[in-house]
Amino acid sequence: MTKAGGARTNPADPARRNRLRAVGLVLPLLVFILITFIAPLATMLVRSVHDPVVADAMPGTLAALSEWDGEGLPDESAYEAVARELVEAREARTLGQVAGRVNRVQSGLRSVFTRSARSLRDVTGGPWRDALEEIDEAWADAATWHAIRATGQRFTARHYLNAVDMQRLPDGSIAAQPEERRIYLPLLWRTLVVSAVITVFCLLLGYPVAHLIAHAPERRANLLLALVLVPFWTSLLVRTTAWIVLLQTQGVANDLLVALGLVGEDGRLAMIYNMTGTIIAMTHVLLPFMVLPLYSVMRAIPPQYMNAAASLGAGPAQAFFRVYWPQTLPGVGAGSLLVFILAIGYYITPALVGGSSGQLISNMVAYHMQTSLNWGLAAALGGILLAGVLVLYLLYDRLVGIERLSLG
Amino acid sequence: MTAAEDGTSPASGGDARVEFEGVDKSYDGRTLVVEDFNLTIRKGEFVTLLGPSGSGKTTILMMLAGFQTPTAGTIRIDGRSVEDLPPRRRGIGMVFQNYALFPHMTVGRNLAFPLEVRGLNAEERQERVERALQLVRLEGLEDRRPGQLSGGQQQRVAIARALVFEPDLVLMDEPLGALDRSLREEMQYEIRRIHQELAVTVVYVTHDQQEAMVMSDRIAVLKEGVVEQIAPPEALYEEPERAFVARFIGENNRLHGRVVTVDGDLCEVETGRERIRALRIADCEAGDRVTLSIRPERIAVNPEPGVYGNQVGASIRDLSFLGDHLRVRMDACGREDFIAKIPNIVGHGGILVGDTVRVGWTVTDCRALNFEEKGPH
Repeated sequence: MTKAGGARTNPADPARRNRLRAVGLVLPLLVFILITFIAPLATMLVRSVHDPVVADAMPGTLAALSEWDGEGLPDESAYEAVARELVEAREARTLGQVAGRVNRVQSGLRSVFTRSARSLRDVTGGPWRDALEEIDEAWADAATWHAIRATGQRFTARHYLNAVDMQRLPDGSIAAQPEERRIYLPLLWRTLVVSAVITVFCLLLGYPVAHLIAHAPERRANLLLALVLVPFWTSLLVRTTAWIVLLQTQGVANDLLVALGLVGEDGRLAMIYNMTGTIIAMTHVLLPFMVLPLYSVMRAIPPQYMNAAASLGAGPAQAFFRVYWPQTLPGVGAGSLLVFILAIGYYITPALVGGSSGQLISNMVAYHMQTSLNWGLAAALGGILLAGVLVLYLLYDRLVGIERLSLG
Repeated sequence: MTAAEDGTSPASGGDARVEFEGVDKSYDGRTLVVEDFNLTIRKGEFVTLLGPSGSGKTTILMMLAGFQTPTAGTIRIDGRSVEDLPPRRRGIGMVFQNYALFPHMTVGRNLAFPLEVRGLNAEERQERVERALQLVRLEGLEDRRPGQLSGGQQQRVAIARALVFEPDLVLMDEPLGALDRSLREEMQYEIRRIHQELAVTVVYVTHDQQEAMVMSDRIAVLKEGVVEQIAPPEALYEEPERAFVARFIGENNRLHGRVVTVDGDLCEVETGRERIRALRIADCEAGDRVTLSIRPERIAVNPEPGVYGNQVGASIRDLSFLGDHLRVRMDACGREDFIAKIPNIVGHGGILVGDTVRVGWTVTDCRALNFEEKGPH
C-alpha cells in the first residue's frame, strides 16, 4: 500500500485539507475568546497578586529599608532616599498612586506623602530625618516605614488577605482584621447563602413547570416553553424595573395585600431595595436556567417508567421519589449548578433592587473597580469567586460525575 | 359476537379470572378503537391478543392494567369490577414493550422494588429476588445495572420483576418485539416454560402470529378494534371463521366468488369459470359474494379423478424446492398466485413449469368466508 502511505504525507490529501479547513474556521473564535476572555481573566488574576507601583517609584527607599531590622526607626539613608523619591514621584505624577497604595495599608499616609512631597521642595539638604519629622511626625513612626516596605513588594498576597478580612502585622504574622473592619467574609457568606436560597426557590418553582412541559402534548409544550423563554427575550433592565413597579411600597403587590386586608395601610411590606427584592428578582431572572436542563432530562424519561412503578404497586409519591426523581438528578444538578454559579456572580439585579442590605459580593467588586480604584482587591475578590466556582464544579464531578451533567 | 356465542369461552363463573363484557374504548369520543370486546379468561390460561398495529390489542391490555378506562362496558378480575381500582391495587404483573427497567437501579433493586413498596422485610425480599432470578436463569446478575445487560437478559429481568411479587395475573405487551429472531424464539419457549411452572394467568399482546401460536392456549384475533375470532391455535388455523383470520394466520389461497346454491352446511360458489363446493361458514345466501379460503398444503396436484370434491385445471408458473416441501405457483381459478405445497414425501411426478395440470381439494378443506376484497393474497 505504498500509494496510501504516500497520500498520507501529501499536502493535497483531502483529510488533511479538511482538518486545516476546520482549524481555519474555528480560528476566529479562538482568537476572539483569547482576546476577550482568557487574556482579561489572566490579567486580572495577575493583578490580584502583582502590584509594582511602589516598587517602581521608590527603589532607593526600598533598598535602604531592606537593611532595616524592623525595630525602632530606619537609618538616615532611608530618609534620604524617601525624600528624593517623593519629589521625583511628584514630578513624574505617580505620587498619587503611590500614596494611595500606602494609605490602604496605613490609613492617613496619603496626606502625609502628598504634604511631605510638597514641603520637600523647600528643603535643600539633610539631615533628612529631622527635616521629614518636622514636616510630619508620622515619619517618626515605625508603622509608616512598615507600610512602605509592605507595599513595595512586587508580588503580594495582601489583596487576598484583605479579601478574606485578614492582615499582615508589622512583624510579618497574619491575623484577622479587627471585628469592625471585617466586611468581605460576611459579604461572601451572605452571597453564598442568598445564592443557595435562590437556587432552592428556582428548583421548587422550576421543577413542576419543567415536568408539565416535558410531558405535555407537543403543541402545548412548545407554547409553554416559549413562555418560559420570554424573560430571555426581554431586556434585563425592563424585567428588573417591572419588579420595582410590582414590589415597591406603593406598588401593585402591596396595593393588592392592602385591598385584601392582609396588611394594614401603614403596615405595607418592604419588598424591594432590600434582600427580599434581590431574592425575588434574581429567582425570576435565573428561573429559565433551571427549567431548561430539567426539561431536557425529563423529556428523555419515558412515561412507561411511571406506569411500570404503578403496576408494581407503588403509590404516586413512592413512584415519584423512587423512580422519577432519581432519574431527573442530572438535570437537577445541572440546573442548580448553573443557577448557583450565575447567582454568586450576579451584579445588575442586586445593584438595582438590592438597596443597601441586598448587595452581594459582585457589587463590592464593582465598587472597587469603579469607585475606590483598588483593582488589586477587586481582582482578588474575583479570583476567590472563580476559585469557588471551580471547587463547586469539581465537587459536582466527584459526587455526580460531570458527564451526567445535562444542559439540554 | 359475544363470549357465549363463540363457544370456545367457558361460561362465566367459578374459574374465570378475567372477564371483559361489552368493552368499548374511544379516545376522541367518535371513533372506537375497541368495540364490544367480550372475553373470559380462565385461571392459569395463556391468552394472546393478536392483531396488526391499530387493532386495539394494546388498548385492551392497558384497560385491564388500569392505565386506560373503558368508555363503556365492564372489566372484572376474580368476579370484581375493577373500574375504580387504580393500577397499583390490581395486583397485576406487567411486562412492558421496552422492558421499562428502572435504569438507576441494579437488577436486584429493580426486582426488590415491588416487594419494598409492599413492605416485605429485607430477608424475605432477598429470598424472593433470588428465586425470581433463578426462575429466569439469571442467577448472579443482581448487582448489574439494566444498561449493562443484553436485550435478552433485560427481557428476563423484566419478566422476573413482573413475577417476583407473585401476582396471579401477568400482562405482556409485545415483550419480544425488540429482540432478534433467534432470541425471540428462545424466549417464546422460556415464557411458556415459566407459565407452565407457575400456573399464572397470562394475557399476551403481539402482532406476530407465530409467537401467538407457540405460546397460547387461546388466541383472540383483532382487527380494527373488533374481535374476529377467539379460538385455540389449531382451530384458528384449521377452522378460521373470518377471511381476515384465514389470511392473518398462516398462508391461504383466496378465491372471490358468488354463492350459487346453498345446501345446509355446504354451498356452491361460482368463481369465474369454475363452480366450487365449499363449507358454508359465513352466513350467506345464494347471490351473496364470499371469499373462499383453501390452505396450500391441502391441494393435490394431478389427483386420481373422483377423490376430491373440487377439481380445476391449472398451469404451472413457478416451482420452488424448499426442502420439506415443493412450492408450486400456478394459474388457477382466475388467479395467478394460486399456491400448492407438495410435501417432500409423495414425490411430485415430474411437474415442470408450463405444464397444464389438474388440482383438487376436498369440500371440507374449502371454507366460504365473509367477502373481503382487500388485503394481500
